[in-house]
Amino acid sequence: MRTAFFRKLLDLAAQDERINLVVGDLGFGLVEPFAEKFPRQFLNAGVAEQNMTGVSAGMALSGKVVFTYSIANFPILRCFEQIRNDVCYHRANVKIVAVGGGLCYGALGMTHHATEDIAVMRALPEMTVVAPGDPLEAEWATAAVAERSGPAYLRLGRAGEPIVHQEQPDFQLGRAVLVRQGYDWTLISTGGMLQTAVKVAGRLADENVEVRVLSMHTLKPIDRNAVLEAAEQTRGIVTLEEHSVIGGLGSAVAEVLAEADGVPVKFKRIGLPSAFCSDVGTQDYLRQIHGLSEKGIVESLRPMLKATLG
Amino acid sequence: MTCLTDEQKNQLIALARTIRIGVLKATSRAQSSHVGACFSMAELLAVLYGESLHIDPQRPEWPRRDRFILSKGHGCAGLYVVLAEVGFFPKEWLDEFCLDGSHLAGHITHAGVPGVEVSTGSLGHGLPIASGMALAAKRDDCPHRVVTLLSDGECDEGSTWEAVLFAGHHRLDNLIAIVDYNKIQSLGKVAEVLDLEPLGKKWESFGWAVAEIDGHDLDEIHGALSRVPFEVGKPSCIVAHTVKGKGVSFMENELLWHYRSASGEEYEQAMAELEQSR
Repeated sequence: MRTAFFRKLLDLAAQDERINLVVGDLGFGLVEPFAEKFPRQFLNAGVAEQNMTGVSAGMALSGKVVFTYSIANFPILRCFEQIRNDVCYHRANVKIVAVGGGLCYGALGMTHHATEDIAVMRALPEMTVVAPGDPLEAEWATAAVAERSGPAYLRLGRAGEPIVHQEQPDFQLGRAVLVRQGYDWTLISTGGMLQTAVKVAGRLADENVEVRVLSMHTLKPIDRNAVLEAAEQTRGIVTLEEHSVIGGLGSAVAEVLAEADGVPVKFKRIGLPSAFCSDVGTQDYLRQIHGLSEKGIVESLRPMLKATLG
Repeated sequence: MTCLTDEQKNQLIALARTIRIGVLKATSRAQSSHVGACFSMAELLAVLYGESLHIDPQRPEWPRRDRFILSKGHGCAGLYVVLAEVGFFPKEWLDEFCLDGSHLAGHITHAGVPGVEVSTGSLGHGLPIASGMALAAKRDDCPHRVVTLLSDGECDEGSTWEAVLFAGHHRLDNLIAIVDYNKIQSLGKVAEVLDLEPLGKKWESFGWAVAEIDGHDLDEIHGALSRVPFEVGKPSCIVAHTVKGKGVSFMENELLWHYRSASGEEYEQAMAELEQSR
């Protein structure tokens, strides 16, 4: 996703000189091509995220379209008040990009696990929140947030994720992508869990359970119609995210369902518990011990599937 | 350097008085706080809006305007008064300061208020934003300047020093930071809460050119603002030594008037002192 983001940003910067990349002294081996090609559209603000965000707001209020870039929680939590006051209240054209969403930086420890980012960013007025599911979505989302006026948060994974979409889907901010059709259950995924969601659906298809898979790349505004349609057309909805179960995709979908009239749908959130992860290991390992592997998800779904499908 | 004529000076004295009287009225009516913080910067605002800033109240969005950011957003009453006085919005708005349904909130707010560039109120936000504006102006070859007014208390904030470091490094000589150094912050004297001294030297060592002035002396303020940038290739910092509550005898250097609003006899006496001031 990281590679797709930088590729797209280079394209955008070539077409539109308002596009600026402001980094918090991170992105070794990634930011250099941009910095060399567009020196007047690049800025390394140093290890100072509050100032990086305030400076970016000031640049945006002067007509720039500014992408701030850092890893995991650094461009979000350290400078949360700058995002709220300086960026969101002024509807400044600042797009906050974090790489390493969820447990990507698994072995680097708790400080590098971005597991509440969606919750806090979703709570901010004016903020659009996007967590692409694969490199294709990441490339598209980069262009979409650049084009959309106002603040946005782009939560990326790492480098080297597989492309999940077989063909270029019709991407629109705020519209879920139907990745696989099905009428028994619905699996709604956000961010880098998309590939796992597709695999889970494939495995359940072998057991004659047809699972609909939606890529909910935009968490705010959430695609209410896609959620309600799934609630009406399938027996249950399961949300899947590499994020705390508090405040993320599961909460956003639950909010839609809870306020819908007469939708007696089964519902389950699969994500990380609201607990710090002190286990050490790769992203795959940490996913596995938190029940976010393909196998773990199928096992946790089985009792519900049995109850509704017999 | 051009000196102020007697006529200009008289106008600025009158403008500073208007600011203080407007602040006293507005804060008393609303029973809101920060009178002392508004009074310490009255002359600074008078010179900025009376002489120094290139602005056009008829065109608040004029692209070539100088940008002014009140980083000490709690001093908003003073800025609102001067903005109304120079014609950005009707003076009647001041009558409703902080009251239900008002245009004007108790920390400086841009939404629906012409002439206010940026909303602040949480300290330590103004200088980073101003630095971004100054950098953008440099990149776009725009000649306007960016001026921000900070409190001494917000020089406690790490984000302020991040921006001081940044602006010095990037040689933003179109950026001017004024510190309203009234020596009193929320819970006590600056020297006792978290000493800033040597304040001017700190800014200097971060790559800024610094002038220390009497922040109530119109000639000194005007002189400093006429000389920016003090050095080509460096941002300019004006450490303005001021008195909190300046202009009303019983408010001067008193922490209480960071919070209290005047009423009854206090109000009458304060108004009498301000009206007689020259």
